[in-house]
Amino acid sequence: MPKTPLPFSHQSEYLSILDENGNVDKALEPELPEEFLLKLYWYMLLGRRFDERMLNLQRQGRIGTFPPLIGQEASQLGAVAALKPSDWMAPAFREALAEIWRGKSMENTILYYAGYDEGGVIEKSRNDLPLAIPVSSQTLHAVGIAMAIKYRGQPDVAMTFFGDGATSEGDFHEALNFAGVFQVPVIFVCQNNQWAISTPLAKQTRSETIAQKAASYGFPGIQVDGNDILAVYSASLKAIERARSGEGPSLIECLTYRMGLHTTADDPTKYRDNKEVKMWESRDPISRFRTYLLNKGVLSNKKSQQYEEEIKTEIQGVVERSEELMTELGAPEDMFAHQYDELPPHLLRQREEMLDQWRLDQEEEKHG
Amino acid sequence: MAKMTMVQALNLALRQEMEKDDRVILLGEDVGVDGGVFRVSDGLIDRFGAERVIDTPLAESGIVGAAIGMAVYGLRPVCEIQFSGFTYFNFHQLESHAARLRHRSQGKYHVPMVLRAPYGGGVRALEHHSESREAYYAHTPGLKMVIPSGPRNSRALMVSAIRDPDPVIFFEPKSLYRAFREEVPEEEEILPLGVPVKVREGGDMTLVAYGAMIPPSLEAAEALKSNHGIEVEVFDLLTISPLDVTLIAESVRKTGHAVVVHEAHRSFGPGAEIMARLMEEAFFYLEAPVKRVTGYDIIYPLFARENAYMPNAKRIVRAVRETLAS
Ligand SMILES: Cc1ncc(C[n+]2csc(CCOP(=O)(O)OP(=O)(O)O)c2C)c(N)n1
Ligand SMILES: [Mg+2]
Repeated sequence: MPKTPLPFSHQSEYLSILDENGNVDKALEPELPEEFLLKLYWYMLLGRRFDERMLNLQRQGRIGTFPPLIGQEASQLGAVAALKPSDWMAPAFREALAEIWRGKSMENTILYYAGYDEGGVIEKSRNDLPLAIPVSSQTLHAVGIAMAIKYRGQPDVAMTFFGDGATSEGDFHEALNFAGVFQVPVIFVCQNNQWAISTPLAKQTRSETIAQKAASYGFPGIQVDGNDILAVYSASLKAIERARSGEGPSLIECLTYRMGLHTTADDPTKYRDNKEVKMWESRDPISRFRTYLLNKGVLSNKKSQQYEEEIKTEIQGVVERSEELMTELGAPEDMFAHQYDELPPHLLRQREEMLDQWRLDQEEEKHG
Repeated sequence: MAKMTMVQALNLALRQEMEKDDRVILLGEDVGVDGGVFRVSDGLIDRFGAERVIDTPLAESGIVGAAIGMAVYGLRPVCEIQFSGFTYFNFHQLESHAARLRHRSQGKYHVPMVLRAPYGGGVRALEHHSESREAYYAHTPGLKMVIPSGPRNSRALMVSAIRDPDPVIFFEPKSLYRAFREEVPEEEEILPLGVPVKVREGGDMTLVAYGAMIPPSLEAAEALKSNHGIEVEVFDLLTISPLDVTLIAESVRKTGHAVVVHEAHRSFGPGAEIMARLMEEAFFYLEAPVKRVTGYDIIYPLFARENAYMPNAKRIVRAVRETLAS
């Protein structure tokens, strides 16, 4: 009965390909077609500008509370960009850009945050779940989808996003454990943006990394520089290929930073030092990718400027169209839509009652 | 006396109970450094330290499960769950243990904990941030379910909840957090759990409401008086469970009519229980069926439609008039 070290063999890696100045590690650099690189850049820029515009709309009271994603463009886009359209994606709530890449219309994003349930619609083109606000709950759904994929023998994978805070929930543990036990094609992508509202990572876990948690469930975890889109993309592609070939789940921890507010209802000056924010500003995911593309000769300043113009026009159009849509939507009885396959009799009656009450409210307001 | 918002009044209750009793400790997500996302525990970490005002990892089951352990050991934990819509993550700890340990241990242990959570609609919030699902908790034997309606009673009820030897679910109507101020005395004030209060006298109609439905109920009562000469007696339930309708039944024996108002869904909601109790205790005095003005039995809509969903003073006025006319 000896006392011996356990054969605990897992080793987690850290991956960075593009440093914060845009210098690339030639040995690790993925070979990607120019159009694809430019498309990534275009979407990153779109994500940034759209986020800025949303913040603006919120401040003007034209939409409600929303969670900005500024700073996390690479860590979400890099991951979904490695998926095929037929794959599945289960986001948390800070993945607006990942959703847009997957085919969500920005009009719907605006409608959703302006308080219209219609904005939650999942476009026919994509196999994604709607955003999930209850933290970490969606990770289990991705596991279930992956279990069904395996059962049906399909070549697809499921990818799910969640934050650093989410790793504290029981659902997260259960999801990783199921994934490990059943060896299903799921990729867990942690957006480790260092904060869960006011709670810093150090108060969330004593683990040195989130990546290493995968080891205790029996599958690989990798930590990547989440502000390096090449690293996120490469790690994701590898995990996806692994899952697709039947080798089971993986966890990718994207080290990034929540540059903005938790949501527009939050005041980060209450709990974090602006110096930290400044430090992360210098690690911006977009500017380093731009430098890389410029150095590579794929992008020119002129083209970059042209992208800015295109995106500005596109977003302006989106805002106008969504506000026009709002004038057509909003019939109160539509709140009874999509409750059940068939509305039971008491709800049919309640819908009538609601309409009567609503009309009377309107009339009384008019006539004082 | 200082004029306070509900947020400030709750903060006062927590501070004073912590000063008086070192068994009282707070735990929850963002309750310490941030002072809670609504600032109910603002400044308490500076005053009492991080051992007593605990910023926990993001895990509701962890918060409530750990609070149960603390309570069994002799502390008086006050948990904050950031929004009532996330209490489902800890539901099994409440149902399986907080509510049952006294019974299961045959009286050896009890669970004097409070679970605070903002609930209710009307604040243009995201999904899961507007529901009123107090019925889940009221339906669970072993739990108490309390809902204040203003700064002063929220403070007095919170003190009682903390001192109560049994687990209390304390839902705070978030739309009233900063809606108005009231005088709140610095010296101790408590309201007993389990007793509704009459907040307006009247002989024609008994109106029962609680939480954020109190302001529109009072507004309706005022309008009914000035526009129609109808005198409405208004009761503020304050405690949903254990429910005591003694005073309300007494009022119904006088008025012969009752209307119940809540944001919660209608079916199987608190109103259903109140109506049933009135049937048991005042059936022969009722001159018309009791009406309910409630949220509809559907998923709470996102905020573009929430005005059409939420009960308001106009709907209450109509319900009272219809009940009296029938
Ligand atoms: C189960 C649950 N508890 C609490 C909340 C309130 N809440 C929303 S986001 C959040 C922090 C999430 O942190 P993290 O997982 O790191 O994601 P991030 O916000 O940083 O993207 C909290 C506590 C929630 N939405 N769901
Ligand atoms: Mg985070």
